[in-house]
Amino acid sequence: MAIADIKQRPGVVLGGAILLHVILISAQVNTASGLPVLQVVTFGSFSEVQRGTMAVIDGVRGLWSGYVALQQVQEENNALKQEMAAMQVRLQQERTEAQRTDNLRQLLELRERAQLDTVAAEVIAGGASPDFKTVTIDKGSSDSLATDMAVISPAGVVGRVILPSRRASKVQLLIDRNAAAGALIERTRVQGVVVGIGDGMLRMQYVPGTADVKTGDLVVTSGIDGIYPKGFVIGMIDHADRGAGAYHEIVIRPAVDFSRLEEVLIVRTPPASRTAVDEEPGK
Amino acid sequence: MRGAAALAAILISIAVQTTLARYIFAGSSAAIDLVLIVVVYVGIKSGPVTGVVAGTVAGLTVDALSSGILGIGGLAKTLVGFLSGLLGTQFIVTAPLPRFLLLVVATVLHQAVFTGLYQLLNLGQFPAPYTSIVGQAFGNAFVGVVAFQMIEWFPGFVDRRRAGRFLKR
Repeated sequence: MAIADIKQRPGVVLGGAILLHVILISAQVNTASGLPVLQVVTFGSFSEVQRGTMAVIDGVRGLWSGYVALQQVQEENNALKQEMAAMQVRLQQERTEAQRTDNLRQLLELRERAQLDTVAAEVIAGGASPDFKTVTIDKGSSDSLATDMAVISPAGVVGRVILPSRRASKVQLLIDRNAAAGALIERTRVQGVVVGIGDGMLRMQYVPGTADVKTGDLVVTSGIDGIYPKGFVIGMIDHADRGAGAYHEIVIRPAVDFSRLEEVLIVRTPPASRTAVDEEPGK
Repeated sequence: MRGAAALAAILISIAVQTTLARYIFAGSSAAIDLVLIVVVYVGIKSGPVTGVVAGTVAGLTVDALSSGILGIGGLAKTLVGFLSGLLGTQFIVTAPLPRFLLLVVATVLHQAVFTGLYQLLNLGQFPAPYTSIVGQAFGNAFVGVVAFQMIEWFPGFVDRRRAGRFLKR
């Protein structure tokens, strides 16, 4: 600012001079509390400046953290979502592994209990046609699997091997309309034949009308069909009607949940009935 | 150039105030403030800005030479310089009476600020300030008017004397 400009603004000069004197006086005068006025005034004034500055800084910081930095938060959020998704997948894998381990443990217990030569297999595929209830397992002729070998699970009878290849086999489920198994009612030991209906349920045929049949009776394999070992659970009688004919009309709910079939055991030991039949021609 | 003259006038007034004044005004009850008179004159002649600067320099110098608080006298004289400059630019203060009144007002303002600040800051008591202020106001006004007239009369007097000598030859 030029001197000429300063001369045109005496008020500014006066203000500056007054301020200078006030500062000068304050530097030498103490307040009632004994503190220098300049110090008190300077501190008081500057504290307000600091307060204002901090308010501005806080505002800017809040603006930054609340809006600008949200871009980083969004990236972090996306990363966390991806991590969470990965963790969920891993959790599901862990659960699957745990479930599989449990299933395998049950299979192992079944194998030990049955005292049979079995081989574990995993279901790798379902049936190609909904009209035929079949699954594909990952064991085949290379594992000594053959046609008509029984397939069982810890819950009960699954079906039989109908088409073994070298490394896989097709298994006909017991609920297939063409499947059948010799069975007996565990409580009364009444025998019959269990066949698939095709709708997920089973029917027990050839049970005399005079036989004692109740809903809830357990139906197990009889072992006379030459395929399924004796004593394995097929299912439970859902309802039984005394029909017009000589036989009961019995519907069985399968013990195995075929929709959740994952691991199975293939019984390589032929049933005693088949062994006996096989040995007879040789005699 | 005018600033240098003002600075010189201030320094001379301070020198006179601190050396000769106590002998010259020894019998007076009023403490004549020669520095204040100079500040008023500089303000009248040079305007408010120069008045402020002159008041600041003069006041701080006097404060520094005295045992009081540095700045209180300076602030008082600064306000006086500004007021003098302002009135000098707004009104015609070339006649003795307006200058007398201006000097009275300036002295009252100076003493009001000076004494008021000391009392406000609880730095000292001034017995019977009103009597002292009134006496000093009139004393400063009288001395100031005389001084102003002499200062403004002296250059003309010298010129006239030179011209008279030239005509006699």
